[in-house]
Amino acid sequence: MNQLNITKPIISKRATHPNFEHRHAAHCETGVVSSLLRHYGLDISEPMTFGISAAMFFTHLPFVKIEGFPLTAYRQIPGAVIKTIQKNLGVKFKLERFRQPQAGTAALNQHIGDNHIVGLQASVFWLPYFPPDMRFHFNAHNLIVYGKEGDDYNISDPVAEFTVTCPEKDLQKARFVKGVFAPKGLIYYPTYLPDEIDLTQAITKSIRTVTKRMLKTPVPFFGIRAIRHVANKLSRLDRQDVDPRYAKLFIGMIVRMQEEIGTGGGGFRFMYASFLQESAQLLHNDQLFEASELMTTAGDTWREFALLGAKFCKKKTDINLSQLASAMHQCADTEEKAFHFLDKIKFR
Amino acid sequence: MYKDEVPQDKNPILAGERKAMYAKDESGNYVVVPSNGWEVEETVTSLALEEYQLKREQAYDRACKGMTSPLEYHMYANRLNIATLSQSTGIFQWRIKRHLRPKIFKGLDTKLLTRYADAMGISLEQLAHLPENK
Repeated sequence: MNQLNITKPIISKRATHPNFEHRHAAHCETGVVSSLLRHYGLDISEPMTFGISAAMFFTHLPFVKIEGFPLTAYRQIPGAVIKTIQKNLGVKFKLERFRQPQAGTAALNQHIGDNHIVGLQASVFWLPYFPPDMRFHFNAHNLIVYGKEGDDYNISDPVAEFTVTCPEKDLQKARFVKGVFAPKGLIYYPTYLPDEIDLTQAITKSIRTVTKRMLKTPVPFFGIRAIRHVANKLSRLDRQDVDPRYAKLFIGMIVRMQEEIGTGGGGFRFMYASFLQESAQLLHNDQLFEASELMTTAGDTWREFALLGAKFCKKKTDINLSQLASAMHQCADTEEKAFHFLDKIKFR
Repeated sequence: MYKDEVPQDKNPILAGERKAMYAKDESGNYVVVPSNGWEVEETVTSLALEEYQLKREQAYDRACKGMTSPLEYHMYANRLNIATLSQSTGIFQWRIKRHLRPKIFKGLDTKLLTRYADAMGISLEQLAHLPENK
């Protein structure tokens, strides 16, 4: 049985903040969850967290509009990482939500007073330490608070290279915005780690979940089918009745979801390849190495699509929509190959 | 993607920050590589920012002519649109659209205006007027 390093006891002796180590991560939710688990005694990397929580995905929902464009995402919805990691690893997180902003701030201060290190959900727009041009109304950002000095919280934002600070007033505002994915002051932290973790089972289970979702969803909203669906949509964007500006912004939106928001590049495909590589080493499974290579190719193909997409948005070169569509079909092909291979791997 | 292929295009939008990327090192093992940005990201983020700026400027011009209320200008200036403003204030979209009419906007009570001002993080005074510059 493969085991992760667990140092016990973890809950009764919560470490104080001088022991907290900030680690630079690609994605906010996986970054926070892996950092919290590591801090409380379960040493787990970001890609491993991403893989085991089966967060790898592709979804295109025409009826959910983000800034007026259909939602296109390369991962599971926010909150899925915390939910699934509990199921697949047997760890437990406590999630606290609040109605009153003051109550939320009081609870956070209480945690800090007790030297607890906690994860929070907040809106990017209201966090003053974010670069101004990166501040959009995205409510499901995650960060860790590990201390407070005077009026400023010490924050470990996984997507930032170094730790940052944020005034109490601003953080309260960011934690209690309304709208889609409203954080409601969410505070979360692990409360239980199992004595033993069967990693083979956790990895197998999560890979099965992902391959099933990617390959076998019968509707064109999820998985490979969704990629092809979007590709076909792209090729139809040059019709007379479509505003050329809409086409540009739509493609820009897809590329932003793939590259701009922290994905580790290639719409999480490189992070997933990293997970497969780590799993291959842990389980001594050469086929997983091969799957990792295929997933890397998928990531590279997505990067090429992003490059073409950006060129199209700039209108400097004559990239047409059918070229973009075929680049995306290419992504679907490479990815389908990778997932078919993963699906056939025998683990035991 | 290999470590040396990770773009370092000094994306000004990141304002000197670096983001973590996953790439392979010389021996083929995945590692985290900090990147100061990719031109592609810069293009698509600027595109989204430009869109808000364009709408903001148009709203400014129309508000000067009395064709819309300052609410529309502030909405776009704070990177919101009618759908997202509705979500973050809890005010129905049709009501927001109504409040974009200057006459109706002038008659709004403080309670409603405070909801708008809070969602945008500006004062009531700011909300009621256009700034001097676009």
